[in-house]
Amino acid sequence: MSSISIGHTDDHAHDHHGAPTGWRRWAFATNHKDIGTMYLLFSFIMLLQGGALALLLRTELFQPGLQFFQPEFFNQLTTMHGLIMVFGAIMPAFVGFANWMIPLQIGASDMAFARMNNFSFWLLVPAALMLSISFVVPGGATAAGWTLYAPLSVQMGPGMDLAIFAMHLMGASSIMGSINIVVTILNMRAPGMTLMKMPMFVWTWLITAYLLIAVMPVLAGAITMILTDRHFGTNFFNAAAGGDPVMYQHIFWFFGHPEVYIMILPAFGIVSHVIPAFSRKQLFGYSSMVYATSSIAVLSFIVWAHHMFSTGMPVTGQLFFMYATMLIAVPTGVKVFNWIATMWKGSMTFETPMLFAVGFIFVFTMGGFTGLILAIAPVDIQLHDTYYVVAHFHYVLVAGSLFAMFSGAYFWLPKWSGVMYDEKLGKLHFWSSLITFNLTFFPMHFLGLAGMPRRYADYAPQFADFHAFATVSSYGFGFSQLIFAYIVYKAWYKGEGEPAKANPWQDADGKGAEGLEWEVPSPAPFHTFEQPPVIGAAKGAH
Amino acid sequence: MKLKSILNAALFTVLTAPMMAMAVNDMPGGPKVNQLNLHKPVTQIATDIMWLHNFMMVVCIAIFLAVFGVMFYSVFKHRKSKGAVPATFHESVGVEIAWTAIPMIIVIAMGWQATTTVKAMKDTSGADITIKATGHQWKWSYDYLKGEGEGIGFYSTLSTPREQIAGIAKKSDTYLMEVDNEVVVPVDKKIRVVTTATDVIHAWMVPSFGVKQDAIPGFVRDTWFKPTEIGTYRGQCAELCGKEHAFMPIVVKVVSADDYTKWVEGKKKAMAALAEDPSKVWDVAALKTKGEAIYKDKCLACHQATGLGVTGAFPALDGSAKVVGAKNDQIAILLNGVSKDGKMTAMASFKDLSDTDLAAVMTYTRNAWGNAGKGTEPVIQPAEVKVARK
Repeated sequence: MSSISIGHTDDHAHDHHGAPTGWRRWAFATNHKDIGTMYLLFSFIMLLQGGALALLLRTELFQPGLQFFQPEFFNQLTTMHGLIMVFGAIMPAFVGFANWMIPLQIGASDMAFARMNNFSFWLLVPAALMLSISFVVPGGATAAGWTLYAPLSVQMGPGMDLAIFAMHLMGASSIMGSINIVVTILNMRAPGMTLMKMPMFVWTWLITAYLLIAVMPVLAGAITMILTDRHFGTNFFNAAAGGDPVMYQHIFWFFGHPEVYIMILPAFGIVSHVIPAFSRKQLFGYSSMVYATSSIAVLSFIVWAHHMFSTGMPVTGQLFFMYATMLIAVPTGVKVFNWIATMWKGSMTFETPMLFAVGFIFVFTMGGFTGLILAIAPVDIQLHDTYYVVAHFHYVLVAGSLFAMFSGAYFWLPKWSGVMYDEKLGKLHFWSSLITFNLTFFPMHFLGLAGMPRRYADYAPQFADFHAFATVSSYGFGFSQLIFAYIVYKAWYKGEGEPAKANPWQDADGKGAEGLEWEVPSPAPFHTFEQPPVIGAAKGAH
Repeated sequence: MKLKSILNAALFTVLTAPMMAMAVNDMPGGPKVNQLNLHKPVTQIATDIMWLHNFMMVVCIAIFLAVFGVMFYSVFKHRKSKGAVPATFHESVGVEIAWTAIPMIIVIAMGWQATTTVKAMKDTSGADITIKATGHQWKWSYDYLKGEGEGIGFYSTLSTPREQIAGIAKKSDTYLMEVDNEVVVPVDKKIRVVTTATDVIHAWMVPSFGVKQDAIPGFVRDTWFKPTEIGTYRGQCAELCGKEHAFMPIVVKVVSADDYTKWVEGKKKAMAALAEDPSKVWDVAALKTKGEAIYKDKCLACHQATGLGVTGAFPALDGSAKVVGAKNDQIAILLNGVSKDGKMTAMASFKDLSDTDLAAVMTYTRNAWGNAGKGTEPVIQPAEVKVARK
């Protein structure tokens, strides 16, 4: 493999174009690394925006009574926090990782459709602007909850229309991005890299991309029906004219449940690289990991109505969705067991990526267990729409997806920036995030069990202590993320830090991180793998 | 040192402010201060849910400790700094099958535990009393449909004063979970709750009963509870329904059978006192004014403001012989509707309206548009409608 010349430094050797400069480099970007960088930057900005909204709503919840915001604005905060985090932060961040890492991991020179790649990124910017300015249109942003349940969403002001158009754009962007990823993975793998030799991150993204292509049009359909109900006299969700409000929920969650796995499968992929690298041991049960990921994806299509137990389903419906939901715990458990078996008898070190990966397994599993408890339909009836659910999905989405992304960011930052990040600050970021995260969200389990409903601007004083505690901790969690911003700024923008080797995560004896991305220099040159590497039969890329 | 003590004091104030400022007590029938678990159950279903939750939690914690015991053992033992040398194993079909099959058996066993409860929760048959709970933005209304108390209906609105919400007045122990009219039910009777809504989706939740049922506009859903203890039980709306979502609580008072009978009698008397007296003789002008409002609400969509209807679809009332003709013919149409070929036409029965409302709207049509002065019987009094009903 090393006999192939990689990493040209002389761009003039290409006959088609020189290195783009200035704003044109970004506006007209077709390079997967530049586009990946823009995706990551965009999603981090959205993370800060969504986080700021969360801190504002926690501020109102610091004490019972209405101190800072009226309930209508509070509802806008919860709704926009959810929409921005899901569609603006988590999803684009994973696409950013995919853009950067998939071509590097499969030995492709770029993504299959370079211009479509540019388009799918730049669609996000107007979408984000529409979401952001919806706060200042008459009536403010949509306040119907991120699930946009009809008929409440039909009542909203023009902010709702902006949100619908923003989600249409983001959906179109996701579909294009997914097609690009599927085509790249299926057609542009280096010779010798069979499907069952693909790195786990590539596998999880391949499956995620199929999920996205399957469900994003469903979401587009659901919100388009809301749009026409609002403005064009249709009555899809208006019972008085023969429509059905619950049908919206079925359509939404047919999108929404696979969406949950869209937001976690690539995280599984990242962790499946970090754990072996820092355990200095091959991933345990590679093929079972692939099968488990696929089973999760298939099962994710038949569990949607567990979000709707309290709408009043027939007994058979409740039992079916209860058992189907519980089955998802099986492949998810297999993945956790495989990670632990990978660590078992390894030779572990705990740099920041590994800390976040182990932290991910630990806290994500707590979210998994509360998910199992919520799957029990009678318990769900008691806990549905309470803070228990809020705690549950923040354990899987923040401690799950977000921690895995931090793990991946620290893992690949030397490859992106060419320098080693500040390890001390990285560890500080991990510990402060882990502790403040748990202090913020763990008490919410108690609030939910005690019957505190979610999306409430005001609450009974008996809940006050846990709320005050969660609010103070949430500031800690929010501001901890600025440490990450500083670390990345220092390493990537300022270029300060020890120069990174091609494979910074490998010991002298050759043990550590494996994969094609570590065979190109750090930082990865603008063009890589113009000649595809050849994968030996003996050694899998995983 | 000084800075540190100031910071400590500030932190202490921030953390304890909510507790110091209020000194709240447990809410009777609602959450306790810093409650950690589910409410104390007062129905069999809630007891089952409590058991299921405890069972699930214990099993999950046991698995969690076992799995992470292994992981943390490895984290501390298999470190490079402790000279650990990495092993090379990386797959085992037997192990994979084991940790697929065993969790599969565990989750099926968990589901099995819950199955009887799922069935029991959905069995709303054989209820002693049926109450319809209707969600409105932002209050509940209740109608006792069947059983003792049938016919009772009232609205139930948050009774917490706005001054408490704004922080001007001290918050009571039942802050945000108190209403003007409580739902009253007898103890040890199966109460079926039918839910619906008039605008958006709401959810009727009472944690002590293990009940949470969405109230969906245009649809009816049902749930049930059979309280075993006398007391007051509180819940809140549990489906986002707009800006006052947090301000439409549910309060159910469970009383003894005797007290319930007394409450029903008292409530019925109070309702009768409020109801319009059909024997009252109205003057024509008042009837016409009242009738015009009812016409706009109930009739205008078809018969139009002009009373000319829509040619070919809805007959004109202006100049209609039926409208200006004999009183009893018109009363019969409004009470029974109009059938054609054995099927009800668009002119359905309006017998749900009160005697006064029907008399008013008919008097209005007899005196509006070109009908004024045409008929020989221009005024219909409520008593005449009442007679015709029988």
